[in-house]
Amino acid sequence: MDTFFQQLANGLTIGSIYALVALGYTMVYGVLKLINFAHGALVAASAFIGLTIYATIMGESSSLLAVIAIFALVAAATACLGILLERFAYRPLRQAPRLSAVVSALGASLILQNGIMLVWGPQMRIFPQLVPQVYWNIGGVVISLLQVIILLLSVLLMAALYFFIEKTRMGAAIRASAIDQDAARLMGINVNRVITLIFVIGSSLGAIGGLFIGLYYRGITFEMGWQYGLYAFIAAIIGGIGNIPGAMLGGLLLGLFTAFISGYISSTWADAFTFLLLILILIVRPTGLLGERVAQKV
Amino acid sequence: MSGEALLRLEDLEVSYGNIAALKGVSLEVAKGEVVCILGANGAGKTTTMRTISRLLRPRAGRILFHGEDITQVPAHKVVHLGISHSPEGRRVFGILTVEENLWLGAFTEKRVDKERLRWVYELFPRLEERRKQLAGTLSGGEQQMLAIGRSLMSRPELLLLDEPSLGIAPILVRSIFERIREIAGEGVTVLLVEQNARAALKLADRGYVLDVGTIALEGSSADLLASEKVQEAYLGKKG
Ligand SMILES: Nc1ncnc2c1ncn2[C@@H]1O[C@H](COP(=O)(O)OP(=O)(O)OP(=O)(O)O)[C@@H](O)[C@H]1O
Ligand SMILES: [Mg+2]
Repeated sequence: MDTFFQQLANGLTIGSIYALVALGYTMVYGVLKLINFAHGALVAASAFIGLTIYATIMGESSSLLAVIAIFALVAAATACLGILLERFAYRPLRQAPRLSAVVSALGASLILQNGIMLVWGPQMRIFPQLVPQVYWNIGGVVISLLQVIILLLSVLLMAALYFFIEKTRMGAAIRASAIDQDAARLMGINVNRVITLIFVIGSSLGAIGGLFIGLYYRGITFEMGWQYGLYAFIAAIIGGIGNIPGAMLGGLLLGLFTAFISGYISSTWADAFTFLLLILILIVRPTGLLGERVAQKV
Repeated sequence: MSGEALLRLEDLEVSYGNIAALKGVSLEVAKGEVVCILGANGAGKTTTMRTISRLLRPRAGRILFHGEDITQVPAHKVVHLGISHSPEGRRVFGILTVEENLWLGAFTEKRVDKERLRWVYELFPRLEERRKQLAGTLSGGEQQMLAIGRSLMSRPELLLLDEPSLGIAPILVRSIFERIREIAGEGVTVLLVEQNARAALKLADRGYVLDVGTIALEGSSADLLASEKVQEAYLGKKG
């Protein structure tokens, strides 16, 4: 039973990180019908940006204020990268065939990844310990303060995003643009602005995810974007790509799933089982768990 | 026609790639008028409407609204100017509720005008009954009501209606045309595209006949109804 609760805690932690990153994929796909392959590299970049901000601007301080500032600055910097990505890699190809955009996305991903390598080097870097190492042992199950923070902050951010999308005017504009861009324009919605906003939100959430990866796993590498990006992307597909609550659900489920596989079978099998899960879900529900259930009547 | 035109198209040319869809279309709509555009399939009616709301960019020519050149205004700003477009095929937001669709119609407003919403619900009581229902689950006719209602939410001066009777049961068509008359009666200027020429001409003050990208005929509705050409081509009276 201990293993169960221990893996439950671990799974929820990893799952929240997947969910944060998955939101970036799903929101961009929702509006542009484009898989933002560069998102993973952006997430990796955010961890390295965090490293540098910690070492330089913050003078290696890990006071609460400094940590909050690091999160805010990294989110802002990554959002800027996201805006540039959209502006130069995707926007010029908006009317081009789908494949061109995919190639551009892969190209942007490689550029970003190699950029990280050039700036921060090819070797693994160790991310600073910004959160005090506090652990609780609850009947044999060890939970860290960091895990609690990751889970709480993720839930908070996702709740805020959900509220924003469902309850605000701008959120409605995002949903409308995802359904029918021309119709959205006819409502007076500036779809280009909506797309920029999508990249800002997706990239900042991804940045928080990248910082969590650094804090939780400690070792960060320039190519880690592929691995976490792939998992988050699978999470988005499991939840139903384009669907925001779906990405949250898919992330948490995938986190729990990999944690239980690691706990009960072996972590070396996690990849294989993850793909098996993906295939099974796609067979049973090709549109993912929460993918479009209502077809538009023509 | 009297007074200065509210909307004026001057020699509009629009093409899709190499294919010219509009080859110099000029027309005018005065404030308070109901004007219809008739024409066969592929004549360029939808292209004309989409160019006015700037979803399409003309290759040449000008669009004037209140005498001001709006040819370069981006689509999302056209609504702010007072032109609202209910597009062909309705294009309601299917996975949003009826009410959310109407709110989006008022996107240009700081807040949703309750009286406006009231008016739209009075025009189309069916929409109020189904306000919590997803728009995609409405019948074709109801979706058309929603598309028109949605385009009224921005309090337009000029309403562009592209084939409001398309794919709708005949009994509903009549009711929709009555509603359009009511909308025009409230002072909204209407530019209407229709396949259903008879109903359109009965409603409109004037009409234009579009034929492969050019205006072939124009005149008062009475003149067009009496014209042999229109009778043959659009009113199904042969010879
Ligand atoms: N997206 C497009 N790409 C290429 N050609 C197009 C496109 N849309 C329209 N056309 C062409 O432009 C011409 C005018 O089309 P348009 O849709 O304006 O006609 P319409 O009068 O609205 O016809 P309908 O009564 O069938 O709605 C047609 O020849 C059509 O094939
Ligand atoms: Mg048409």
